Amino acid sequence: MVEKEDLFKNGKRWDGRTPTDLRTPLAITAGVLKRAQGSAMIEWGKNKVLAAVYGPREVFPKHLADPAKAIINARYIMAPFSGLDDHGRSGPNRRSIEISKVAKHVFENAILVEQFPKTMIDVYMEVLQSDGGTRVSAITAASVALADAGIPMRDLPVGMSAGKVGDAMLLDLDKYEDNLGDSDIPTVILPRTGEILLSQMDGMLSKKDVNDAFDLMFENAKFVREKQLQALRDRYEKVEAQVQGENA
Amino acid sequence: MILDQVKKNFIQQKIQDGEREDGRGFFDYRPIRIQKGFVPNAEGSCLAQIGDTKVLCGVKFDVMAPFADRPEEGVFMTNAEFAPLAHPDFHPGPPNEDSIELARVVDRGIRSAELLDVKNMFLEEGKVLGLFVDLYILDHEGNLMDTAALAAMGALLDTKVPKYEGGKIVRNEFLGPLKLSDTVVTTSFERIGSQIIVDAAPAEETASSGRLTLGTADGDLICATQKSGRAGITRPQYDEMMDVAFQKHGELADALKG
Repeated sequence: MVEKEDLFKNGKRWDGRTPTDLRTPLAITAGVLKRAQGSAMIEWGKNKVLAAVYGPREVFPKHLADPAKAIINARYIMAPFSGLDDHGRSGPNRRSIEISKVAKHVFENAILVEQFPKTMIDVYMEVLQSDGGTRVSAITAASVALADAGIPMRDLPVGMSAGKVGDAMLLDLDKYEDNLGDSDIPTVILPRTGEILLSQMDGMLSKKDVNDAFDLMFENAKFVREKQLQALRDRYEKVEAQVQGENA
Repeated sequence: MILDQVKKNFIQQKIQDGEREDGRGFFDYRPIRIQKGFVPNAEGSCLAQIGDTKVLCGVKFDVMAPFADRPEEGVFMTNAEFAPLAHPDFHPGPPNEDSIELARVVDRGIRSAELLDVKNMFLEEGKVLGLFVDLYILDHEGNLMDTAALAAMGALLDTKVPKYEGGKIVRNEFLGPLKLSDTVVTTSFERIGSQIIVDAAPAEETASSGRLTLGTADGDLICATQKSGRAGITRPQYDEMMDVAFQKHGELADALKG
């Protein structure tokens, strides 16, 4: 059991990281599901999140269709066995409904929705194992799944988190730092425009704290984005090799 | 839908010309009205109005079992009801994503600022006070979030802690006012074109591409944030909004005192 006073001592975090270290592994694999149009699995620290995309497809229920653009349907959910604590309840709860809503807004921004009027794009994010920072892991994975599905986007949204433990601003909080620490700032960044697409926060932060957190997250978003791109490159190298094998 | 589009274009054009439909400055709120004690049967209540938007908040205490991981702390819960009489698009039914978001953002601010002393809500082994904050949206004329946050803060300021005897709450007998450590309010910004405004009227919300809500506590502190809607926000915009929110915190806190 980790206690609050163990979280950050002598410049080191309880798991040995420095304040600016991301968790390891940070591994993204694209195209992990056969049936979905696009999919990705992310392992970020002890988190494991599966994301999949269907669409653009016919809108259901029909009256929700928008003649000017595709509508996005995002579903973030945690499996009842995903946490270290007791068995959770199956299905959406108030937290996951709120996260699904703000995740939807992220994809509405990134996807070129005007190209697909009267359609719907479903983005499903299933948290299989959770260890803090699941929403940003899920959105990072879903971005790759969307690209894997061939859906045009302005850029790949990158999820990051930071937060304060005592006086220290730490990057990429794990479950203990999130639960026992003093704040949590989940953020989604669109690197190409430098815009913030998701910003939720709890804790008590000064303007300087918020800017320190953003500085940390913007700086490290590049690394996560490179992992996303690598996942997509690996995916298409595999497809290419397969096609060449079949032609030989 | 076509009318919406016409209205939207009109508002966007006006904002671009540096004007709002009702003549307000970009960072001006509509008149604020606070009526505490609106529901005397509740342990605390407040009807908050920003412009014509009306949100009623009622606070009730119950005796309940604590959460297993916090056996000595009271429980605090926030819920929002989008009453069908408030807007033609509100329909009866279970909470939808908008009402859940609203309640959770108000809740987040209060919880992060540790506004309530939950340790003081312990009664006896296995029993704690549960404090229910119910937000009733009565008239939706824009900026529900800030109106709801004001109603919640106003109702908590109005709340009296009831007497507890023989395992039950004695209604209408009180130990004293609920102790609060801070003032928590929210300032919601809408982005219309490249301009940012506060306290959007309904047509402005239609024309908006996204919203950032900043929850603030005394002493220039941010205690909750929520970005909602499609628009992205740049770092300089975020910076400006924090400055405006700290300034608005004072105005909103003053309105609550009245």
